[in-house]
Amino acid sequence: MPQDRYTSFVKSGFGKKLAKKLGLPQPVQLRRHTPGAPPVTGPVLVLSAGAGNAAGTGGTGSAASDADAVAGLLLNGLGSDETIDVRRSPHTAEGTRWGAVIVVTTQAEHPRDLSDAMLALGGTLRALASSGRVVFVSRDAADASSPAQAAVRQGVVSAMRSVAKELRNGATANALVLRDDATVTGTPALAALRFLLSAKSAFVDGQPVTISSDTGHVPQDWEKPLAGKVAVVTGAAQGIGASIAATLARDGARVVAVDVPAAGESLSKVANKISGTALQLDITSPDAGKRIIDHAVERHGGIDIVIHNAGITRDKLLANMDNARWDSVIDVNISAQLAMNEQFLASDRFRDAPRIVSLASTSGIAGNRGQTNYGASKGGVIGMVAASARALAEHGGTINAVAPGFIETAMTTKIPLATREVARRLNALQQGGQPVDVAETIAFLASPATGGINGEVVRVCGQNMVGA
Amino acid sequence: MPDTTTSAPNLQDAVIVGGNRIPFARAGSRYLGASNQDMFTAALDGLVARYGLQGEQLGEVVAGAVLKHSRDFNLVRESVLGSALSPTTPAFDLQQACATGLEAFITVANKIRLGQIDSAIAGGVDTVSDAPIAISDRLRSALLQASYAKTLGQRAKALATVRPKDLAPANPRTDEPRTGLSMGEHQAITTAKWEISREDQDLIAYNSHHNLARAYNNGFFDDLVTPFRGLSRDQNLREDTSLEKLASLSPAFGKSLSTPATMTAGNSTALTDGASTVLVANREWAKKRNLTPLARFVDAQTAAVDYVHGREGLLMAPVHAVPRLLERNGLTLQDFDFYEIHEAFAATVLTTLAAWEDDEYCRTELNLPQALGAIDRERLNVTGSSLAAGHPFAATGARILAGVAKLLHERAASTGKPARALVSVCAAGGLGAVAIVESA
Repeated sequence: MPQDRYTSFVKSGFGKKLAKKLGLPQPVQLRRHTPGAPPVTGPVLVLSAGAGNAAGTGGTGSAASDADAVAGLLLNGLGSDETIDVRRSPHTAEGTRWGAVIVVTTQAEHPRDLSDAMLALGGTLRALASSGRVVFVSRDAADASSPAQAAVRQGVVSAMRSVAKELRNGATANALVLRDDATVTGTPALAALRFLLSAKSAFVDGQPVTISSDTGHVPQDWEKPLAGKVAVVTGAAQGIGASIAATLARDGARVVAVDVPAAGESLSKVANKISGTALQLDITSPDAGKRIIDHAVERHGGIDIVIHNAGITRDKLLANMDNARWDSVIDVNISAQLAMNEQFLASDRFRDAPRIVSLASTSGIAGNRGQTNYGASKGGVIGMVAASARALAEHGGTINAVAPGFIETAMTTKIPLATREVARRLNALQQGGQPVDVAETIAFLASPATGGINGEVVRVCGQNMVGA
Repeated sequence: MPDTTTSAPNLQDAVIVGGNRIPFARAGSRYLGASNQDMFTAALDGLVARYGLQGEQLGEVVAGAVLKHSRDFNLVRESVLGSALSPTTPAFDLQQACATGLEAFITVANKIRLGQIDSAIAGGVDTVSDAPIAISDRLRSALLQASYAKTLGQRAKALATVRPKDLAPANPRTDEPRTGLSMGEHQAITTAKWEISREDQDLIAYNSHHNLARAYNNGFFDDLVTPFRGLSRDQNLREDTSLEKLASLSPAFGKSLSTPATMTAGNSTALTDGASTVLVANREWAKKRNLTPLARFVDAQTAAVDYVHGREGLLMAPVHAVPRLLERNGLTLQDFDFYEIHEAFAATVLTTLAAWEDDEYCRTELNLPQALGAIDRERLNVTGSSLAAGHPFAATGARILAGVAKLLHERAASTGKPARALVSVCAAGGLGAVAIVESA
């Protein structure tokens, strides 16, 4: 794993002092998931913001009911038999460190309704645990029935982003945004809460996660949510792809690890480590989708999950761009996915709540000097995902994109030192993410519980300053 | 005491379900520093990854190497222990010169047919880049005597017999021990006897390279080869070779014969390093693991010829083995969709075919009523053979078998009719092994 020496340095006694004196970034080691670990590390405070309601009082009437429902979910271990310490009052014993604060704003009608809850949240931030969590639960402004309602809903997302930037010690803030008939007690909301509270979302920060329906079912075992599923991961021979393959296998999936024939040696190691199968194939060949289906169905009896991770960069300023660089990036990063998806969707074996997760990129979204081709391909992924959501939903399926920011991989170690140092600190967590952070988010979107998250883009970027 | 004797089991089909090899590298190049064990383990792990056999206890793994260190007495078992297979998978080493891989396959296929095992991997590996270098016989003898000596005096006496020239290392040799001739020189004699032309040999080489390159470019090897040490295609492959280029090479063998020398580095196999495997099982085992049988083992035959007294060419044993195999199975030489004739030298293939086409030879030497006849050259080594791929001695058999099994499966799938192949491998010592496989 590539080393982030700066983060190690500022953790040392001298480095810590020096960084503080000079006002240098002080990234911390983020909490990451280990099998069996509880979703939260301390008590969880549930605050609510709603018309005529004082935050934290439990409240009365409909305004409090969503917050109560969320508290109820937590008390029930978020769908498992885990015990979670749930509080409704911010007043607590000296020295208590909050594991997470959840602010339920679904029933706010006017921007004025936010003040009590936001100030109560502010009072807890200094007592938030390292790698603690702030999660807003809101509704989509587009669904609002009045300008005031739209204003408060839009405002919550922006306030969340500012909170995320104020948090220290690896803590993150994110928002669940409910759309259409999605409810706070729906399975996707439950799964999203679990994910955002847990260490699995270590590098997801400042993000709204939109849920548009309650489709999805609670897995029998949260440790193995993908049990019985067959997952295909392209570009699985190394880096993020290898981590995705390992994470899906950890979650119980049987994994088909795909990569170009030339990467076969490391591909076979990845497959052998996770007891999957290696499929050497060029995804740009016209029958790639069919060959993937054939392999998955023949060897594993089906195909449920496809992760389009394979991607390349061929950077060049547009003024110096040539056909080969432009076309190869478009071919691999987006054309191949479009062609394969057509073949997957045409197959009657890809019908049982199928999942597709495609890799976008924050630099693809924001634009990056020398990456016109890459930007076109990764923006293309986002367009493809949004436009394919309906077709997937017909079979109870979903298609989503994950946009990684600066991730510590063999690819990013090739960036010149100074550029790399800047790129890696330019986010609220002041460090690069790990491949597993991307993999965890993908596993979350691939799970049977998240059927209500469809056509969305989730960034795994530590709230990168670019590409917002 | 039992009242009845046990009865023989019914024969089962032994089917090839797949294979894997590492690309073959030119000697002293990309795989310098890789041992036989490293390479065979890599070939096994690639196979395990392709077919999801992690932790599986297979019936047996049988393979071998021609050039082998004495420490590698359990080469195959050690490779299994280092692989992703279950450590409870038995294994043994087998060796029959260049026919090692094919003989390993025949061995496991027969065990499977008899029901002794349900699954197996056959294969082979060889490296000339990590070949054993021995000490001289005189030095070895002195050291052994000294080690058995009881007194200091005896020990000193034994060691005193060592002369400076005894300290020179003994390089590995592949020359025939009984004739002192290299394999190339032996073939040159046969080539001259059968009056095989330079042009015909170069055409065989040309086809080998172009057939192999086409197969790679069509993705044929995507599920047959796993890269190793950064090499993803056979290093010996010359995609752009031409008949002109091949014609420009100087002769390498047969230069001391009275006839013009025709064998060059281009139409003879280069020294190469590599490893290969083929996965064999009974149908039930394959079905349980959702693996598709590609080809069924039909029958095999070995033969040997007296090359020492010059009665027959060193590499002509398959010429004798094939008619026995055909007769036993009621087939003619023309009853095949594919012919895989190992290209030790282009001339080996051509002398083999010439012999089968020769009435008098077939009558007098093979005791046949007439010539076996010609084959359709379009069916010969259609995805290339050893001239292009290279020939790490023991690794050639499984390379051929895994490839031809895939060809047979594809052919049967496209025509809806069974397809059949003849596999022929010549070997040092005047040995040869041949086999028939059919689409499963």
